[in-house]
Amino acid sequence: MAELIFNLSKEGKCAFSLPESQVPSYEFDNKYTRMEDAQLPEVSEVDVIRHFTNISRHNYGVDQGFYPLGSCTMKYNPKLNEDVAKLQGFTALHPYQPEYQVQGALKAAYDLQQYLCEITGMSGATLQPAAGAHGEMTGIMIIKAYHQGRKDYKRTKMIVPDSAHGTNPASAATAGYDIVQVKSDDKGLVDIEALSSIMDEETAGLMLTNPNTLGLFESNIKKIAKIVHDMGGLLYYDGANLNAIMGIARPFDMGFDVVHLNLHKTMSTPHGGGGPGSGPVCVRKDLIKYLPKPVISKNNDGYFLDYDRKESIGRVRAFYGNYLVYIRALTYILTMGPEGLKKASETAVLNANYIMAGVKDNFMIPYDRFCMHEFVLSGSNQKDNYGVSTLDMAKRLLDYGYHPPTIYFPMIVHEGMMIEPTETESKETLDEFIQVMNKIAKEAEEDADLLHNSPHTTYVRRLDEVAAARNPVLRWEKD
Amino acid sequence: MRYIPVTEKDRKEMLIRCKADNIEQLFSSIPDDVRLKRPLNLPDAKSEMELIKYMQTIAAKNSNTGNYACFLGAGAYDHYIPSVIGHLVSRQEFFTAYTPYQPEISQGTLTAIFEYQTMICELTGMDVSNASMYDGASALAEACVISSSASRKKSEIIIVEDMHPEYRETAETYLKFRGIKHASMTVEQLLSADLTNTAGVCIQYPSFYGDIYDMDRIGKYVKENGSLLIVCANPVALALLKSPKDFGADFVVGEGQPLGMPLGFGGPYLGFFACVKEHMRKMPGRIVGKTTDVDGKTAYVLTLQAREQHIRREKATSNICSNQALCALMATIYLSVTGKEGFKQVAKRCVDNAHYVYEGLLKTGKFEKVSDLPFFHEFTVKPKEDITALNAYLFKYGFIGGHKTEKGWLVAVTEKRTKEEMDEFIKRAGEFNG
Amino acid sequence: MKFTKNHEWIKKEGKYAYIGITDYAQQQLGDIVYVDLAEEDLVLQQGDVLCAVESVKTAAEVFMPVSGMVVEVNHDLEEAPEKINESPYEAYLAKITIDDESELDGLMTEDEYNEFLESEAE
Repeated sequence: MAELIFNLSKEGKCAFSLPESQVPSYEFDNKYTRMEDAQLPEVSEVDVIRHFTNISRHNYGVDQGFYPLGSCTMKYNPKLNEDVAKLQGFTALHPYQPEYQVQGALKAAYDLQQYLCEITGMSGATLQPAAGAHGEMTGIMIIKAYHQGRKDYKRTKMIVPDSAHGTNPASAATAGYDIVQVKSDDKGLVDIEALSSIMDEETAGLMLTNPNTLGLFESNIKKIAKIVHDMGGLLYYDGANLNAIMGIARPFDMGFDVVHLNLHKTMSTPHGGGGPGSGPVCVRKDLIKYLPKPVISKNNDGYFLDYDRKESIGRVRAFYGNYLVYIRALTYILTMGPEGLKKASETAVLNANYIMAGVKDNFMIPYDRFCMHEFVLSGSNQKDNYGVSTLDMAKRLLDYGYHPPTIYFPMIVHEGMMIEPTETESKETLDEFIQVMNKIAKEAEEDADLLHNSPHTTYVRRLDEVAAARNPVLRWEKD
Repeated sequence: MRYIPVTEKDRKEMLIRCKADNIEQLFSSIPDDVRLKRPLNLPDAKSEMELIKYMQTIAAKNSNTGNYACFLGAGAYDHYIPSVIGHLVSRQEFFTAYTPYQPEISQGTLTAIFEYQTMICELTGMDVSNASMYDGASALAEACVISSSASRKKSEIIIVEDMHPEYRETAETYLKFRGIKHASMTVEQLLSADLTNTAGVCIQYPSFYGDIYDMDRIGKYVKENGSLLIVCANPVALALLKSPKDFGADFVVGEGQPLGMPLGFGGPYLGFFACVKEHMRKMPGRIVGKTTDVDGKTAYVLTLQAREQHIRREKATSNICSNQALCALMATIYLSVTGKEGFKQVAKRCVDNAHYVYEGLLKTGKFEKVSDLPFFHEFTVKPKEDITALNAYLFKYGFIGGHKTEKGWLVAVTEKRTKEEMDEFIKRAGEFNG
Repeated sequence: MKFTKNHEWIKKEGKYAYIGITDYAQQQLGDIVYVDLAEEDLVLQQGDVLCAVESVKTAAEVFMPVSGMVVEVNHDLEEAPEKINESPYEAYLAKITIDDESELDGLMTEDEYNEFLESEAE
């Protein structure tokens, strides 16, 4: 089997044809044209189909099996959403068509904005950001614009918990903020005293995920909000873990001012092997004026794009966002309804607690109380007693046909493994997974080498990542 | 509830195992004063049958380019999308897979991205490409940010006029919040500007209005003055036009939507980002590299991750976490299907068609030339009539007309337009009398 | 040779000094894949970032143990960054001139550094 599409290339093969041209040929002056052709492959349609079909079989999708990746919410991607996203009335729309030609498209986007506001308790939204990190950046820029709008230029810092996802400090840095870390206490929650001591009038705000990245709800959230607000700061909500609380609690009610959502997590849109996602941002009423432009709006005449926004932060990309992604999220929300979303969160939390209860005899659970939609276990028993790392155990899970959970995140848990089953898994799936985890714990005890050398049954095994980073080969070259 | 397989009976058993009396107890860490005490105010759940009908009704309220001949470009283009793309991309292994952090079970995605990176290098003439970014505008913005911090001595960015206004706005937003100084100028002004403090100059190729500038001259001036050259290019144009490598580009970015992605009302699209070797380690986003596994088998893996947010956190070159993997896959398949010869043919047909329409419009006497510079598949003319009214008139005859801009009517013509469509378009545009 | 809490070592040789990272540091980082070397002629204060060292899974900044100017960087590390893993006390990152020799007094001796490592491990 050929490795790359380029290996199948042969002069004269082709998979494409255009009808005959019926207009005169235009020739550019030589000084404008390429000297050498781009070396793209020359293959037949069968080659293309076979090649991509065959490489796809070395992948693993949620449609195949369990994907307990903490913080990623790998829930089932409904096929109805796909059918809707393929409707020509959506796919074949040019973003610059006049508003009267696209009222349906604008209505759908507007409705989604309203629903996301209802779910989060916020008053205004933008669908422009293309991903979670993009939404974070947008949200932090809005916070900065807010402070500058009040002529408060002395706020140069943003607080981020030590358990935060890497995008949090990176996103704050894109808006020019210096990062200050606040530590977690021994319960795994934000240390209130530490927060009080670092929150000051030079801090623009605090970024939090709630439930946090350990899968624990920040019960002191109202106190946290007060500490930040009393000093004039704003509270930012990283919506990565929204799947735990839909219909149960809302970020606005907790005191958050700016929120981003990950539609490819909470709202079931597919991950696509790493994108495209969608990261809408919802805000408190008085922050609406800072939203990126245009804002999708409605008046008596219908839906329109409001560009007349003098205090907007600007733009974070061209056009209106990943439309065909968020149309899937809209379909999902309409499929689930208010009760369905609540049930999804309840079940996500139940499933996570069920796995935790099933494995706690064999794995150290650093925060031994009910978790939310995900929990972190520590492989420290296995490491200290048998020299088996969490990495080894994660790779061994591949042999059992599972995508491994998230490992070594958050960094405050030693040899951590974060498990998030989501609500779209059956009890049977969870039981099997628990069984396998316990089996691996036994293997660690009895045959550490088996785990050190895992995986054994995958298509490729233990890749040399050091060589890849030392001597990067980032493209195919003709010999 | 279709997507929730846990039954009532399951719940009871699971709660026992969890040592909880009821679901409510699992949520006991959420304080009462933060709990939502009413149902979410959302429409009730719709069954699949009802919902597909509902969404079809909404979709039908839009006039789409399947039913109207599209002469609108300005950053998003109506190209033909070969049928194989949809079929391959819908395979669940590509579609429902996660980011390839576990390379052992992600060789499908990783192989395709490696091929994508190769093809982008071939098109742009650059040495390395990343695995893609959100869109052309944000790719441009990131290139500006990186250029600004590439040198310790210079930090300002110049954005040459005639950049897509939304790209300019995006770049300016990114730069403004990072406190990076930026300026705008025409090509003429650039060629006599003092670039002592300029870290990077970005220019669109062809320009937003369609013009192909004297890139040799511009590139020479920028490089001689020790600044970086960022070229924002149309990928179809790169099939035929001079490679940005040949006029000194350090970074080539742009919008990959024309490579097999539907117009989709603006997204998801594909930002490609490529650069010369020297800047490899500053590239934002994911990058796939080749390596071997423990058995010596060739394999692909995400590499150079130490640049990225999950490791560097606030010191990362960018905050970007995802790429547009599925869109990059579409582009890879598109460029494989069209291939070396086919892709050139698509580009040539766009060029031929656009020049045919251009000549036709000028001949009606109702449109004035705006520029003497050559153009690729998009051009700007000044109509005698009001553009909005002109487009409304054309819409009645089944056309989506060009974009209204400061300089005039920006018209794009792709390989999809037939001679009948083009002749009719010219006729109707010429006869419109306000 | 003197040591810092951030696991850098500094060795004075005449009017210059060499700076590198300790054995403990290279072990923590794992296989080093790239060194983002400092620019020559750079003038830095004690505690400023000198350069960065990357492994597959982490990146670490190296800080100036004392104030000074970079006169030379170790270009061998461009092709073979793994030299830091192999011989961390020979594979220096930068050669500097020292501004204020008294700053060296505030750094740890080898014994003090080893004690420091032991206390950190608890």
